[in-house]
Amino acid sequence: MIKANTLSTSAQRRMGTFIYHALMIVASFIMLYPVLWLVASSFKPNGDIFSTATSLFPENFTLENYINGWKGFGGYTFKTFFSNSLLVALSSSVGMVISSTLVAFGLARIQFKGRNFWFVLMIITMMLPGQVMMIPRFVLFNKMGWVGTYLPMIIPSFFASGFNVFLIMQFIRGIPRDMDEAAKIDGCSWYGVFFRIVAPMIVPSMVAVGVLTFMSSWEDFMGALLYLNKPHTYTVAYALKLFNDSSMADFGATFAMSAASLVPILIIFFFFQKSLVEGISIQGLKA
Amino acid sequence: MKNSTSLIRKFNTFLNWDNVAGYLFILPFIIGFIVFTAIPFFTSLYLAFTEYNVLSDPKWVGLANFKEMFFEDKLFWVSFKVTFKFALIQVPIKLAVALLVAMILSRATRVTSFYRAAFYIPSLMGGSVAIALLWKQLFSPRGVINQILGFIGLPDNTAWLGNPDTALGTLIALGVWQFGSSMLIFLAAIKNIPSSYYEAAIVDGAGPVRRFFSITLPLLTPIILFNLINQVIGAFQAFNSSYLITNGKPLNTTLYYGVHLYNKAFNQFEMGYGSAMAWFMLLIIGFFTALIFRSSNAWVYYESEGR
Repeated sequence: MIKANTLSTSAQRRMGTFIYHALMIVASFIMLYPVLWLVASSFKPNGDIFSTATSLFPENFTLENYINGWKGFGGYTFKTFFSNSLLVALSSSVGMVISSTLVAFGLARIQFKGRNFWFVLMIITMMLPGQVMMIPRFVLFNKMGWVGTYLPMIIPSFFASGFNVFLIMQFIRGIPRDMDEAAKIDGCSWYGVFFRIVAPMIVPSMVAVGVLTFMSSWEDFMGALLYLNKPHTYTVAYALKLFNDSSMADFGATFAMSAASLVPILIIFFFFQKSLVEGISIQGLKA
Repeated sequence: MKNSTSLIRKFNTFLNWDNVAGYLFILPFIIGFIVFTAIPFFTSLYLAFTEYNVLSDPKWVGLANFKEMFFEDKLFWVSFKVTFKFALIQVPIKLAVALLVAMILSRATRVTSFYRAAFYIPSLMGGSVAIALLWKQLFSPRGVINQILGFIGLPDNTAWLGNPDTALGTLIALGVWQFGSSMLIFLAAIKNIPSSYYEAAIVDGAGPVRRFFSITLPLLTPIILFNLINQVIGAFQAFNSSYLITNGKPLNTTLYYGVHLYNKAFNQFEMGYGSAMAWFMLLIIGFFTALIFRSSNAWVYYESEGR
């Protein structure tokens, strides 16, 4: 009697596990369906995209959309747009990592006068809606002669941002203070403590900041819309929108270039999944 | 020679004072704050009271922009209502879905990281132009959504983005689809809850529903507060999905506040009016953030106080 009972509960549990995984797989598929559909459609001839829309497997597999799409517009291929995006996203990430790490170290470790004031100020700026800044920043960059260049999309990243400083501070707080104190007794300066002790230990958080910055910079549409005005400077995000406007009928080519624009994001996701997930969790948890 | 080395030593000691080193390390933030935040912030306040088209100098017009906003520009109120509706519907659904999925995923299995990735990927690329263009095609009259609906016997001729009743909902769906980053934050918070709490509750005979409402939910309230404020601020500033997918159409039912602001400032070059709109948005966001914070006393549970 007892044995039969335990058998049935273990069978029940196995059934429960099976249902759980079945449901999760269906849900994952639904979540990813739009992206899978985009990829599948990008390999279908234009005529098939909507007539065989429910099929995720191209019957007449073709690369012609990629070849047509890559030609771009206005005399520039997507190679130009991709290199522009790469330039903007990479330099923004580098600037953000360096500046946010420095600021985070200063705020987390050094007891200077006014530290709390600057810390609170940083939190306030984090809550400030970007759109309030949109017009005056445009006016400012216009006066500086930066409109039409990448500078407005890159330079602000060199001056740290609250969320990223927070993320790195969280990591620095995890390093025992005894270590800096021991180093200081041995004659190390604050700069030595930073470069030799703290910085090497917080590399994972720097990677997280770099990756998060790269992604948001890669996808930044607003910045390009406001500041870029010559085709040879367009980033992928902006070029894609204009390409779509100019080739209304060629859905295949638009889909192909859309899919291509997502490739860097997916690559980064697969390589840095752990630091990304950790980074986002920490940005949320610290609050 | 000796003099200069001692000078260098003095300089190095100076650099190493806490007050000097501290300010040197946070210098990037201070400069950035002054140049890219404080100056634009006050410029924007000034511009809100002027008429300014970038080409000629700003002209002081007093409260004229605000008068136009509140009493003359019909699209202002239209866009305000659209944005309000958008935030009011999207934020609760998105957070509820994020919390629900996080609860389901907190049951660790060998493939959890696969599911987590599947749920998270949309929020990584959902804001991109590529996905916006894709959304437009998925929900087009002969798009794949209608084909699937037809396949299972439902009406398949809805013009999702062309119909004033469904267009905003279709954009909200795009927002909800990107619940991944809120989910990750919930997931990390759930994992932080000591398992001893649950063990004690099981010993006391509490079922899973009771455990959720008496342990998980109260301990998650600070995180819900954070996600809520973040999402509200984000929703009020929404821009891309409307600008790229519907451009405010049909009949302005998807005209976000941000899109109207952009059109005024950068298509009609009414930068003064745009600044006034931006400041009004700041006040509205500030009002709602304060309201949420105020209400949080009643529903957010901080562990340290509870003990």
